[in-house]
Amino acid sequence: MSAKFVVGIDLGTTHSALALAPLGESEERVSVLEIEQLVSAGALAKRALLPSFLYFAHESEGQLSLPWDAERRFAVGEFARSRGAEAPQRVIASAKSWLSYGGIDRRAGNLPLGAPDDIEKISPVEASFRFLDHLNEAFRAARPADGDLAEQEVVLTVPASFDAGARDLTVEAALAAGFEQVTLLEEPQAALYAWIERNGEAWRSHLQAGDRVLVIDIGGGTTDFSLIDAVEQDGSLGLSRVAVGDHILLGGDNMDLALAHVVGQELAAQGKELDRFQLGALSHACRGAKEKLLSDATLEQVAVVLPSRGSQLLGGTIRGELRREQVERYLLDGFFPAVAATDLPKPRARAGLTQVGLPYASDAAITRHLAAFLARHAFADPKTSATDARPPSAILFNGGVLKAEVLRARVIDTLNGWLEQRGADKARVLPGEDLDLAVARGAAYYGLVRHGRGLRIRGGTARAYYVGIESPMPALPGLEPPVFALCVAPFGMEEGTQAALPPQELLVVVGEPVTFRFFGSSTRRSDPAGSVLERWRPGELEELPPIELVLPAAGRAAGDVVAVHLQASVTAIGTLKLEAIAQVAIVPDERWQIELSVRGSSSGSA
Amino acid sequence: MTVTSVSLLSRIWLSWLTSLRILFDGRFAARVALLAEGQVQPESPRPVPEAPGKEAAQPPANAALQLLTLLQREGRFVDFVQQELATFSDADIGAAARVVHEGCRRAIRAHARVVSVRNEAEGASLTIERASEDVKLVGNVAGAAPFRGVLRHRGWRIEELTLPTVVGAHDPTLVAPAELELS
Repeated sequence: MSAKFVVGIDLGTTHSALALAPLGESEERVSVLEIEQLVSAGALAKRALLPSFLYFAHESEGQLSLPWDAERRFAVGEFARSRGAEAPQRVIASAKSWLSYGGIDRRAGNLPLGAPDDIEKISPVEASFRFLDHLNEAFRAARPADGDLAEQEVVLTVPASFDAGARDLTVEAALAAGFEQVTLLEEPQAALYAWIERNGEAWRSHLQAGDRVLVIDIGGGTTDFSLIDAVEQDGSLGLSRVAVGDHILLGGDNMDLALAHVVGQELAAQGKELDRFQLGALSHACRGAKEKLLSDATLEQVAVVLPSRGSQLLGGTIRGELRREQVERYLLDGFFPAVAATDLPKPRARAGLTQVGLPYASDAAITRHLAAFLARHAFADPKTSATDARPPSAILFNGGVLKAEVLRARVIDTLNGWLEQRGADKARVLPGEDLDLAVARGAAYYGLVRHGRGLRIRGGTARAYYVGIESPMPALPGLEPPVFALCVAPFGMEEGTQAALPPQELLVVVGEPVTFRFFGSSTRRSDPAGSVLERWRPGELEELPPIELVLPAAGRAAGDVVAVHLQASVTAIGTLKLEAIAQVAIVPDERWQIELSVRGSSSGSA
Repeated sequence: MTVTSVSLLSRIWLSWLTSLRILFDGRFAARVALLAEGQVQPESPRPVPEAPGKEAAQPPANAALQLLTLLQREGRFVDFVQQELATFSDADIGAAARVVHEGCRRAIRAHARVVSVRNEAEGASLTIERASEDVKLVGNVAGAAPFRGVLRHRGWRIEELTLPTVVGAHDPTLVAPAELELS
């Protein structure tokens, strides 16, 4: 059965959304599907956003019935989020951050962390599958005549900063949900597609060949940067994504927590101690107060009120306030300080997964992360930057945090200051809309683009990939042998293409798993497959979770050593595929798939 | 579910919308008191529709309970009206009113579209061509249409009401369960 729709799914850290566009109709419009979900015990309602929370019911709660499943024992969405605040050990939040965190086995049941014994823990992959499955159920309920999402063409968005392993795991979750016609799309690209969709053909008058668009996407849990160039292409305007940023686990939730911390300390100083529930409520109340202060410049302070927990509302209710000066100090200067272009963040910790408390101080400054990104990709410095470094000429904002005019203005002013110092023109802002839903809308529009209904952003893979090989050197006590990096997948591989076969051979023992160190680089754009790096600049290569290869003993003697070449290709879905090809094949086309996302051994544990 | 055929629900909404204002807006309360003394009756109350044999429609009582549940959960409405105000300072009442106002407003905005019946400014002169349920005549109520007067209250109408669908077996009278914290 051929698909009736292209469906765009924004599987977000804190919220998910779904947009769809009919295929084969004269006017193909993108619309957002409101997602039916439990909003409280026994109450079902439709919302444009599905909070990405999964709650496991306790036996005392009975079923969390849905119209399509009366026996259900878990909930996804708004109820899961609010109930999760009351029973935090029973809820999974930020599953997407775990999906991209190589420090745990992402296919093993380890969420929720610290869950009580009656919960059968699930993996980050399965949690992502549950969110997708709920979207599918809601789609079926809303459009009973249109079948299942499995029959539609699905475009699933991922952060541009996701590495090949995290992309693989996302597809694994989609396949578990039955989505067989799935394609991945980078979120900042989706935001630009949404902008194009909004502007219709007029978008071409906003951008000229030579323009470089900086997409700044700040969501609830992550911050993502991309550079997309407008280029001359066969006599008309084309778009090409030229750079993506690092994976930064920093977003709106951190900001609300920071403000809650500030107000909470003030209340504590007045002798008003808050319990865990009230701290949760405080974070929520601070978000509301922050939004009011940021949207109305005439307000000097906004009351932050925490209702009493008992039925006596009067007397037990605690009143604090959030002042403009605090928002400016902690939010503007804490998260968006006006820094110099050379003011780079301290080296980031790989495991920035802070659920409670503040991952503050060292790297909370989004403008510093932006400075680091632009230092690498936009401000030409032959020592540190990529070959075609060039400053951005336009900005596109995305993500709920950037609804606040004050924050956008701070980012624009800071960026323009950097541009001015370098003698470059100021960047102009591409007017965006719907910062919460643009990614889902843009993903659905990209689905249409794949049918030839619009311009496609080129770009290919956002990183070059390398395996680590130990150099042949006599062993020295106390010294690890130096590691060379063999490029197996060059930067910018397009979907459905294959890299050249590197001439280097690697030796693998039959029947035993062999683990290779694995690296990615978003700045080395011209290494062909087969090139070997003996050294690289700090930060140029990022170590990823290792990759693993097992040659089955079938057909060969266990313990034999086989020489293989590693070959990379990019699937139609948009995932990287690494295969080992025997140098001397004993059957025709002898090759083995390499596992990309095995458990990391270097950092942390669950 | 739209409310065009269920005027009882509109009235429940209007009654609580105005109840807060009566509490905190003395002038408004005085006007309501005048109305009450005037014993003005609506001309032709819309019949409350019944939904015989329709499984989808919930009985109005359940809808009202659901509404109270919603207002309690979001805005602590039942807590607020159940407590005696007399011994508390205005500051305490103000702090609580913020909770109630913010939460109930959020609940309403998520589930209903409230529009004013008349868009003219209150206090402006207004002429209506014929009597209708939309505009209640007060004061020197006599004579025939057209009616000339001063708009005192612009009126409210719920254009759309979408209460959450009830799923599973839950006791609808439980507008807030007791809470027991395990440590």
